[in-house]
Amino acid sequence: MNLARLIDFLRDRLRLVVRVCIVALALLVLLDAVPAIVDKEHAHTWAEHVPGFWAAFGFLGCILLVVVSKMYAHFGIGAREDYYDE
Amino acid sequence: MSNFWLHPAMILIAGSLLLPLVPSRLKKSYLLLVPLLTFLHTISLAQGMFGQVQFLDWTLVFGRVDRLSAVFGFIMSLTCVIATLYGLHVKEDAQHAAAWTYVAGSLGAIFAGDLLTLFVFWELMAFSSVFLIWFRRSPESLAAGFRYLLVHVAGGLSLLAGIVLHCKATGSWAFSSFDVHHPTLATYLILVGFILNAAVPPFHAWLPDAYPAGTFNGSVFLSAFTTKTAVYALCRGFAGMELLVVLGVIMSLYGVVYAVIENDARRLFAYHIVSQIGYMVTGVGLGTELAINGACAHAFAHILYKGLLFMGGGAVLYMTGQTKFTELGGLYKKMPWTFLFTLVGGLSISGFPLLSGFVSKSMIVQAGFDHHVLWAAFLLNLAAIGTFYCNGLKAPYLIWFGRNRCKPETWDRAGEPPWNMLAAMGISSLLCLFIGCYTPFLYNMLPYPVDYHPFTSYHLSESLQILLFTALAFFLLVKLGKLVPHEGLNIDLDWIYRMGGRVFLWISRKPIQAADSFVSEIYRLGGLIPLMISARTSGRFDNGFIDGAVDGLAEFVRGVGSRLRFVQRGQMQQNLAMVFIVAAALIVVFLLSYNAFAR
Repeated sequence: MNLARLIDFLRDRLRLVVRVCIVALALLVLLDAVPAIVDKEHAHTWAEHVPGFWAAFGFLGCILLVVVSKMYAHFGIGAREDYYDE
Repeated sequence: MSNFWLHPAMILIAGSLLLPLVPSRLKKSYLLLVPLLTFLHTISLAQGMFGQVQFLDWTLVFGRVDRLSAVFGFIMSLTCVIATLYGLHVKEDAQHAAAWTYVAGSLGAIFAGDLLTLFVFWELMAFSSVFLIWFRRSPESLAAGFRYLLVHVAGGLSLLAGIVLHCKATGSWAFSSFDVHHPTLATYLILVGFILNAAVPPFHAWLPDAYPAGTFNGSVFLSAFTTKTAVYALCRGFAGMELLVVLGVIMSLYGVVYAVIENDARRLFAYHIVSQIGYMVTGVGLGTELAINGACAHAFAHILYKGLLFMGGGAVLYMTGQTKFTELGGLYKKMPWTFLFTLVGGLSISGFPLLSGFVSKSMIVQAGFDHHVLWAAFLLNLAAIGTFYCNGLKAPYLIWFGRNRCKPETWDRAGEPPWNMLAAMGISSLLCLFIGCYTPFLYNMLPYPVDYHPFTSYHLSESLQILLFTALAFFLLVKLGKLVPHEGLNIDLDWIYRMGGRVFLWISRKPIQAADSFVSEIYRLGGLIPLMISARTSGRFDNGFIDGAVDGLAEFVRGVGSRLRFVQRGQMQQNLAMVFIVAAALIVVFLLSYNAFAR
């Protein structure tokens, strides 16, 4: 099995792959709103009952983490490669 | 011989001692056989207390086999098989021996029933694992190894001090749960020893400092044993200590923040050890049956997928000589299988459904929700976002896709690693998948009965939403050109002792040396110079006065003698007359002076 060829095959059809992924993401949020499919009986907070709560959590959380980390690096702990060299 | 109990660590230690004697054509079979025997022996151990030895006034227990130690023993010895397979083609016996001794230390600590035995094996781990760093044979590895050893020796001393105080207070060496609600100094000292090995901030910096400096296969061993043995010790001794919930959540996010901005692939994975141990430490702190089960299950799953990630990073290092994102990229054409296996590791650590992290990590988060520590549960889910971002997306993307930043020689060298490395990665990938799909395998091994079902519709929806929308954010960041690796390093708390060492050196060089010179100068001025002067004076006195007196006297005697020679004429009468005259004169002088003094 040529794995590299498979990856190339998908890369050549990148637009299609992206579209399929977007549809999948939309479906995920839609299904989350259907109680018959996603049973939220065991949710612990009111926020979790909002459809797509965890989607927003994931998206915004990722942006937040990246921005905070990069700021931390920029204004604090980032140093040159040879920082510890004498 | 009926009460002889074969410790699994003994097989590895004996195996490494005999290793140099094995003929080279049998070497590879032998290298596989010894860990395999250890694994089979470990999983066949009956439960109970074995290997009790009377030593001085104490009873040492080498073999406490219960459900908690058995699950850790299982995964440790299994990892030894996989990691040895991964480095099977390494020719140097000493590297294998060091790795096996390290595993033996870990198994010894896990099965230890008393604190003294625990301590001895604890130290064995530190002193054998450092060689896995030094065998890289670069100046940075040498320095990193010394720092690693320094930190672990300090941690070991804290542990020993705690053990001694604890024994003095309780009169028992037994290693069981400490009184976590009324901690004493002894408890805290032991805790520091444990959490230092678990890489809990502020005692974590040794890990991302040392692990990326190890050999390509040594780091696979390193990623598994030290920290997870410490997690075992925490599960055993500190279940329910609330401080650990706070520390665990902090470290889970701390590791993520550093990983997001890291440029070295293996250091990124190392920071995610810190982050993942955070989940386990939180589980220990929560202390409920579900949480302890979760900590053990997550340690088990973590050892497999983290080993897998380090194998992927090690394969890239071994084949290209590079681990920095700024020197890699676009390698999927050259090493597609390494990519696939590393991706499986990345998805497992992120807790993707049907992979190992999904069934283990969620137990701890669930325990947090059940325990109504909502902040902890939400923050752990936030850390999961960063975990997927770094291990599942950033690292694979920047190594195997993205812009090709390889130098021509890196690109030419790149290719799939030897069969044994691929096989080890393949086996680990399958195990990650197996554990994620067939939950009873892992759940039945855990210390407490498990009443937890990860595959509920809500949990699936929650996990997939978090992960896939993290991926969406990631690809948007890529599209916006925000994912560009940067050269440079990030200062962590190892700064304290790296710069502390430098301060120590500066103090030695400048103030201490200056004081030393000052004292020498005083000594020279106040001691040496007067001494020289007095020596010179006494020399002059000796020369001029004493010698002069002696010489002068001799000269005088000689002069008198030569004058007297003429008086001697060889006539007895004249001689006698001279003697009498002189004797009479002497007597007169004597009498006169005697009378003068007596008066």
